[in-house]
Amino acid sequence: MTELHSTSVGPPVAHHFEDFEQEHEANMLGMWAFLATEVLFFGAVFVAFYIYRSAYADIFKEASRHLYMSIGAINTVVLLTSSLTVALAVHAGEHKARRLMVGLMVATLVLGLAFLGFKAFEYYLDYQEHLVPAFNFAWEGANPAQTQLFFVFYFIMTLVHALHMIIGISVLARMIWQARRGSYDQDSTAVELFGLYWHFVDIVWIFLFPTLYLLRQ
Amino acid sequence: MSATAPALKIREPSYINAAYTAKSWLLTTDHKRIGLLYMVAITFFFFVGGLAATVVRLELLTPQGDLVLPETYNKLFTVHGVIMVFFFLIPSIPTTLGNFLVPIMIGARDMAFPRLNLASWYIFMVGALFAIVALIGGGVDTGWTFYTPYSTGFSNTQVIPMAIGILIAGFSSIFTGLNIIITVHKMRAPGMTWFRLPLFIWSMYATSLIMVLATPVLAMTLVLIAVERTFHVGIFDPALGGDPLLFQHLFWFYSHPAVYIMILPGMAVVSELITCFSRKPIFGYKFIAFSSIAIAVFGFLVWGHHMFVSGQSIYSSLIFSSISFAVAIPSAIKVFNWTATLYKGSISWDTPMLYALGFIGLFTIGGLTGLFLATLPVDVHVTDTYFVVAHFHYIMVGSAVLAYLGGIHFWWPKISGRMYPEWWGKVSAITIFLGFNLTFFPQFIAGYQGMPRRYYAYAPEYQVMNVLSTAGASILAIGYVLPLIYLIWSMREGEVASDNPWGATGLEWQTESPPPTFNFAETPIVTAEPYQYNPDGTFTPQTTLSVRQIKKEVAA
Amino acid sequence: MLGLPIMPDSASTLSGSVDTLFLVLVLLALLFAVPVAGLIIYFAVKYRRGAAVNRSNAPIENFKLEVTWMVIPLILSMGVFGWGARLYFDMFTTPKDGMDIYVLGRQWMWEFKYPTGQRELNVLHVPVGRNVRLTLISEDVIHSFYVPAFRIKHDVLPGRYTTAWFQATKPGTYHLFCAEYCGTEHSGMLGSVIVLEQKDYQAWLDQNRMNTGGVIAENTSPGTQTAVTAPTQTMAQAGAQTFQHLGCYVCHRPDGKGAGPSLVGVYGKPVQLANQQVVLADTNYIRDSIIDPNAQIVADYPPIMPTYAEQISEDDLLKLVEYIKSLGSGTEAPPEMINPTGGMPQPGGSSGNQGSGAQDSGAQGSTNGDSGGSDSSGNGNSGTQGSGGQ
Repeated sequence: MTELHSTSVGPPVAHHFEDFEQEHEANMLGMWAFLATEVLFFGAVFVAFYIYRSAYADIFKEASRHLYMSIGAINTVVLLTSSLTVALAVHAGEHKARRLMVGLMVATLVLGLAFLGFKAFEYYLDYQEHLVPAFNFAWEGANPAQTQLFFVFYFIMTLVHALHMIIGISVLARMIWQARRGSYDQDSTAVELFGLYWHFVDIVWIFLFPTLYLLRQ
Repeated sequence: MSATAPALKIREPSYINAAYTAKSWLLTTDHKRIGLLYMVAITFFFFVGGLAATVVRLELLTPQGDLVLPETYNKLFTVHGVIMVFFFLIPSIPTTLGNFLVPIMIGARDMAFPRLNLASWYIFMVGALFAIVALIGGGVDTGWTFYTPYSTGFSNTQVIPMAIGILIAGFSSIFTGLNIIITVHKMRAPGMTWFRLPLFIWSMYATSLIMVLATPVLAMTLVLIAVERTFHVGIFDPALGGDPLLFQHLFWFYSHPAVYIMILPGMAVVSELITCFSRKPIFGYKFIAFSSIAIAVFGFLVWGHHMFVSGQSIYSSLIFSSISFAVAIPSAIKVFNWTATLYKGSISWDTPMLYALGFIGLFTIGGLTGLFLATLPVDVHVTDTYFVVAHFHYIMVGSAVLAYLGGIHFWWPKISGRMYPEWWGKVSAITIFLGFNLTFFPQFIAGYQGMPRRYYAYAPEYQVMNVLSTAGASILAIGYVLPLIYLIWSMREGEVASDNPWGATGLEWQTESPPPTFNFAETPIVTAEPYQYNPDGTFTPQTTLSVRQIKKEVAA
Repeated sequence: MLGLPIMPDSASTLSGSVDTLFLVLVLLALLFAVPVAGLIIYFAVKYRRGAAVNRSNAPIENFKLEVTWMVIPLILSMGVFGWGARLYFDMFTTPKDGMDIYVLGRQWMWEFKYPTGQRELNVLHVPVGRNVRLTLISEDVIHSFYVPAFRIKHDVLPGRYTTAWFQATKPGTYHLFCAEYCGTEHSGMLGSVIVLEQKDYQAWLDQNRMNTGGVIAENTSPGTQTAVTAPTQTMAQAGAQTFQHLGCYVCHRPDGKGAGPSLVGVYGKPVQLANQQVVLADTNYIRDSIIDPNAQIVADYPPIMPTYAEQISEDDLLKLVEYIKSLGSGTEAPPEMINPTGGMPQPGGSSGNQGSGAQDSGAQGSTNGDSGGSDSSGNGNSGTQGSGGQ
């Protein structure tokens, strides 16, 4: 199903669409609807976390102090910067600036990998401190069960987020390959869709960072 | 009868005859073929789930547990619930009739995302594979509700593969819903305004909203279950600081709206059938259309009515109870409007109409008994008894399955190009209606008398009702097997169907039977409201023109 | 109710009201279903294809009609909601007076514990005409305590006390079911509730009174034969022993001068927490404070108490709860205690012996506390039992 037909104006369109505009709008709306699904997907685990956080406020605050706020903060900056580069890439794509677009996409990719690198390093430190539930969790202080619950949520939430990052980076790597060959010269919708997704993953982190790292006072 | 525009029909190969190889089916992006792929899959699951139900009913013929072991019984009702809910009812109408009809009804050549549509089917099948692995690996005994801490800490059965299977199938559901939403928004033919949409589309749209917004919550909940069970960390386990009620909240946040995923498509089908076989425009089009959206929206706010005795705050219970009463109003609107549609119609009793009328009756009973369950003190007595079992079977089987079968019969000529045998159709419709009532009405009584659900053995005073129920189930089973046989038979032997055997107004009837791969030879222009039927048999189809004709005329 | 054979036994003060509401719902349902079904059949026959009837001017919309059939069901349903809400409130508001029974659910049996120390498996004896307050907890998965004849059902959760209550109105033996699926033998998690006339109940108590000394007595009271473990001490006394055994008394001194707050009179009263919140010291508060002491820290005390989650069973927890309740409370009537030892001259003595013997320096306060509880039980608020036992 990759037969394309050309209409009088604009780039080739898949067979079942009338024109480029219809296809573009459908794709954009499709991504927005997918992100709505994602909001509810993350929403469920956020709700669960906040319910326990209100039940065990002091314990969760204490547990939060064992996270590395500095790494979280660096990662926040890294991700925000990647959001900027991806936004600029979309902009470059709309203006048919292929080289600039590819460059910005590569920058986004590098920043995304940097985020994962920092995150992995942080997990390593957590492991060293025996904070990984089910593997080596050991807690000297009071209320180990509830403290472990905090770390269970910390790992589930950041790992699901990291999984979204990994999917994003894989897609991006393939798209960079395509972009170099000029696949998006006529129609940069795909870059635009990727931008939406990447911003969403970024926003999830913007919620995760204060939820896990900052609400410790 | 108005003539349909010949320009819309150019005898090109139908979607069935476009190609015959297995590859042409398994790699198709044609929404109609994908609809049929789903139909084969869910029919299989319907009979697997039905088989489990048969053994359950036979076990319950006597008060003692004498046919299977209690472990086996628990696995059987779990298999029945999981398969029927996640692998039959939720995909049933949206993925089969919805897939087949949504693009045609709005005058599109395909779904907005055909490859995603095919991917959804494969995702569904992978989920189904996990479910089958879980069954072969020993089954699951948690009930379809997976309540913690039983499911995470106590059950020794294949909970994780089953949870993964449901999770994966859930993504299929999300993508199907997403596809339908975008298709309805962006793929409508010229002239197909929102208020010219057939009510089928309105209901499918409402269903899809629920699929997209509720299913991810279930997905995350199942992830949490799998993590807790695998790593023995206490997300919902009170011994480790967790709260089992949180699981119930998350589960029902999906699973109550999921009930509307099952029933709204049924309402979608019935709105089409009632008006066509009454030869009358639908009564109160906008009220029916908006009631679907209202059901979808309110459906998200009532999940706590499953938890009136769970230990949740009584003030929460009050709020959930009041909203649950409110959600009955849009359902009532539909029933009243369908009934009013019959008034001064010209009513034929063809098989699809029998199913539709049966649907209204059973849905009325199912809906009204839902109000019993919304009434707090009555719910305290009957929740988790056979009263609840009877109630939701009236909705999910009596209503949803009847509508599904009615829809299959109605659109069978369009799908297969052949007519089903009418006499056998009527026999099976009546058999199913009678068998269903005999199976499930006694369960209301057993429930009010206090017989708890999921009981392998029960107190002797409930035996009368259980014998009636099992007797009804045998009749029901015959009723279900009949259509399977004669529909398959009719694919080769049935009378060849005309393009519009019912004289219906929808766009799907203005193209060929079966339709060509891209549905219409040319993009149709919608020129009329839906359901312009007259009692004398005449009607105004929704389209008599195509885009190319208009262009030609303009050029001339 | 109305002698309908399909209705189950009706044997509690609430069951009649539930049945009435149910029958009103049945009538309302018929009020809608019969006209709808009737009209469908009538129209389907009258307007069948080919019938010569007037089909002209068929309406396709009618705004007033739509509003009518939206508003009337809405008003009716809100009426039913209000009625139901009121009754639900009664169901879930535990009455102030009545006798307490503790219910332990586990796969797949019920255990009932009386404050007086008796313990029964799968059979619950209650007197007719008295409020019975149940405190329910599960040792494993979720169960549900369901007595159809009383029209009550309440989930039994692990890790948290829930409460239910009923007042039986008719002597007899009634089904007790587990209504929440709980595993393999879910349908075997059965019991019966035996409702006895007041005097029969007293006789049953006498048969299983404390001084029979811890043997399993075969009980031949009305209903099935049941195994009752007759007590050697009340739950509160057993709780006092646990209190001593776990060393609780070291910090929780009755004079409040220990490392932890005094527990005398704490039950049922608001507690000021370190984080400015005020919580009610109910059974769940007591339980949580033992299992998870640092989640709610009492103001002005250091958070030094270790958790006892690993060392204490649900059974012992209930005893501790009952003991702390027996230490009295200022606001509400102390828990009703049947005087278990009948004519024992110093009701405070037996429990006081264990309690004060352990609580060395706090003996003075402890005696006060204990006798406070015991005094009130001797005050005759348990009326019938107290006098019947003499």
